Amino acid sequence: MSFLEIRNLRKKIGNVEVLKGIDIELEKGGFLVLVGPSGCGKSTLLNAIAGLLPLTSGDIVIDGQVVNDLHPSQRDIAMVFQSYALYPNMTVEENIAFALEMRGVPKDERAAAVKVAAKTLQIEHLLTRRPSQLSGGQRQRVAMGRALVRKPRVFLFDEPLSNLDAKLRVEVRAEIKSLHQNTHATIVYVTHDQIEAMTLATKIVVLKEGTVQQIGTPAEIYNLPANLFVADFMGSPAMNMLDGKVVGTGAEARISLFGDQSITVPVPPTVAAGALSEGQSVLLGLRPEAITDTGLADPQARSVTQIEAPVIMTEPTGSDTFVTAELGGKHFTARTRAEVSCQAGDTFRFAFNLDKAVVFDPQSGLRL
Amino acid sequence: MSGAVQETVSGGSAKTARVVIYGLLILLAAIYLLPLYVMLTTSLKSLDEIRGGDMLSLPSSPSIAAWTKAWGEACIGVTCTGIKGYFWNSIKMVVPAVIISTLLGALNGYVLTKWRFPGHKIIFGMMLFACFIPFQAVLIPMARMLGMMGIANTTTGLVFVHVIYGLGFTTLFFRNYYEAFPDELIKAAMMDGAGFFRIFWRILLPTSGPIIVVTVIYQFTNIWNDFLFGVSFSSGGSSPMTVALNNLVASSTGVKEYNVDMAAAVFAALPTLFVYIVAGRYFVRGLMAGAVKG
Amino acid sequence: MTTIEPATASPPRRNFADSLRGWLPKLVLAPSFAVILLFVYGFILWTVYLSFTNSRILPVYKLVGFDAYVRLWSQPNWYMAMKNLAIFGVLYIGICISIGLGLAILMDQRIRAEGILRPIFLYPMALSFVVTGTAWKWFLNPGLGIENTMHNLGWESFKFDWLVNPDMAIYTVVIAGVWQASGFVMAMFLAGLRGIDGEIIKAAQIDGAPLTKIYRRIIIPMLRPVFLSAFIVLAHMAIKSYDLVIALTGGGPGNATELPSTFMYSYTFTRSQMAVGSASAVMMLMGITAIIVPYLYSELREKR
Repeated sequence: MSFLEIRNLRKKIGNVEVLKGIDIELEKGGFLVLVGPSGCGKSTLLNAIAGLLPLTSGDIVIDGQVVNDLHPSQRDIAMVFQSYALYPNMTVEENIAFALEMRGVPKDERAAAVKVAAKTLQIEHLLTRRPSQLSGGQRQRVAMGRALVRKPRVFLFDEPLSNLDAKLRVEVRAEIKSLHQNTHATIVYVTHDQIEAMTLATKIVVLKEGTVQQIGTPAEIYNLPANLFVADFMGSPAMNMLDGKVVGTGAEARISLFGDQSITVPVPPTVAAGALSEGQSVLLGLRPEAITDTGLADPQARSVTQIEAPVIMTEPTGSDTFVTAELGGKHFTARTRAEVSCQAGDTFRFAFNLDKAVVFDPQSGLRL
Repeated sequence: MSGAVQETVSGGSAKTARVVIYGLLILLAAIYLLPLYVMLTTSLKSLDEIRGGDMLSLPSSPSIAAWTKAWGEACIGVTCTGIKGYFWNSIKMVVPAVIISTLLGALNGYVLTKWRFPGHKIIFGMMLFACFIPFQAVLIPMARMLGMMGIANTTTGLVFVHVIYGLGFTTLFFRNYYEAFPDELIKAAMMDGAGFFRIFWRILLPTSGPIIVVTVIYQFTNIWNDFLFGVSFSSGGSSPMTVALNNLVASSTGVKEYNVDMAAAVFAALPTLFVYIVAGRYFVRGLMAGAVKG
Repeated sequence: MTTIEPATASPPRRNFADSLRGWLPKLVLAPSFAVILLFVYGFILWTVYLSFTNSRILPVYKLVGFDAYVRLWSQPNWYMAMKNLAIFGVLYIGICISIGLGLAILMDQRIRAEGILRPIFLYPMALSFVVTGTAWKWFLNPGLGIENTMHNLGWESFKFDWLVNPDMAIYTVVIAGVWQASGFVMAMFLAGLRGIDGEIIKAAQIDGAPLTKIYRRIIIPMLRPVFLSAFIVLAHMAIKSYDLVIALTGGGPGNATELPSTFMYSYTFTRSQMAVGSASAVMMLMGITAIIVPYLYSELREKR
């Protein structure tokens, strides 16, 4: 039973169709993250939900009510903006209370509500300050307080962390997550950062050029990307795409890699039965963490293949080391333990864990 | 503020260069100050001293006799009551004209940046061009129109004229200021439930302090200093200060009292000079905003 | 949670309050725009119309074609006004820009007393042209002004009678005008200089360019937009300039300092030649339009 429903939503700006028929459903208390590269229409979609942009066609339904023609203030939603949009002439307290004031809530009730929200966000000591006297993280919190105090049906977040520095971003991200867990609020959250999407969402929508690429839980999106775009966009470093060819049929079928008949791997369990035919060209998608040094290989994995390849470059991150190697003229990236010593020019033995590998049709880009 | 050219390690010739630069600047400053100095000292001298002495010399026995005469007794046309009536005419004209045109300009700027609709650009362009027309092109119809409306030769008529022909500039000032005001704040206020006027009063106007000061000063200076509208649309006792000053100075009857002329000129200059001295920063900003458009 | 009826594509449900909300901004802007439309553009058309009549002391509305323009261009006074505008315009703009730029460059040499000097150069801009005219009329007074001062200083042969010399009077208007506006031009150039990226100049210094070369080859070319703005502002002021001439020379001696603006005023209001006055106003408008419209167009185009 969905609480927020978006049906066949289309939006034209000028002659350009920015949203090309979006269908999304979100249950009450869900955390929906809209993710995609810039220009994919995710902010347009958020503004449409907020009522800040008129729709070209389609419906937005909140809790059973079609809100298409409702003014933003009547939709019972709150939004946290990228720039926080704090009113510079008001104190933190006045900022948080403004929406209640506009709704004619009596003064003492307003004060009480502000107090509760401020306590939740630990900004009680800032209430008398003005936005210009706050740090980035504090402003962000005030912006959330302003949304929180309204107790809206849906919270909208428009890239709320993009103006924070890296360390603060991780902190506030965790706070948003715990806020969601404690309040059970229904949230729609826009970001271009796939890590934010993975960590926060209960449901991710990947958008590209105004169309939905995939909707699913973070695990689904990450492990079973619907197409090459999603596979490439989610995860960093990006998923390795290895050229392969199907050899053999039925249960005997294997995939030969790197254009080398002698290197073959079994068909990964993610592939639907009968999806492959002999001689078919495929792309084998393998996350860097699925290619490791032999010592790190998952002992539980059912299908591990060891392959030797010359090392091109190593990038230590401290916790582990990303190793780029070459085989058959193609580069791939592996993630090894930091202790493993290998250098550019060495030949290194990699363990390919195929349990989580996915296979794509290079023509359609779809997962098989 | 740091100069565009940074100081670098330099030898002795730089010293001489700096002496020359300072010398030039001080000389030029003296030249720019000279007319004001002459105006002030002349107004404090007696007629005899003016005729017999040197324009640049300090008054031997400074007296404000010319000032009191200019204020209360000097003859403008046939009435000899000084310029005080005209001074107040100017005040009565400037204050409402500045307030009304600033308020309208703020609202216009708000609509033209935050509530855009198709055609907003052409409307703004037309209002902007209105700032620059030579007023000679509207002088005759305006004279007829003021007559038809029954406010010819009144302060009300001048207020009306100054509001209309000041609108372009006030709109320009506020439009450019609000252009930089984040749209997200308007969206946030909208979602908070504030309407058109509420957003204006509660969010935009409280943050408009600097541009209000700039606009008020610009309009005050322009309207106070106006001569063309004053001389065209007023006569006799309803004239503003600048027109009265010109009539006083240009009158050829009787003895030419240079000291009284200069005292009257000082009175005419005083309000705008005062504004310039206390708020020069904003004065310059207004000039710049009025000069560099878009 | 409620079960949801499949909501059909909703029909537009705009009530009165909603449509008012949509119209409110336009309603707020409308009076101002209407006033501008009528009192600026309507009046311009009215003036243009009058210039095709033979209105004299009062407007008449019978069209007589280009008669007023023919008469305008056969007036020696009008030629005088055009000639004076050319002299005044060229000198006023040229000198103001030269002095303004020079002052700005001097002021940009890390001058300690900038805070004192800048207001001194700029204060004339706060004065009314009538005040400026009155002050300079006295300052240049042939008997008692600067001439007398020079005599007292011992320069007996010094003669400065430009104010009453028909050949030279227009130059006094230039002097007073430059005094009033050059400080403002300086402020414009100074703002431009301060806006130049200091690293470019550092790079030039490291490249070994001497200061004069840095100014000639790098800084001044980068100030092009300021030159354009200054030119527009000054040209516009020159064409409109009326008060200064009236206060300083009254258009005289004779018609020696007649400008289009004074011509228009006297033909319309004192000589009862309203049609000719209108025609001259139309000429002024065309002059300013030719300068301002391309400028405004390019300025507005750059921004979206």
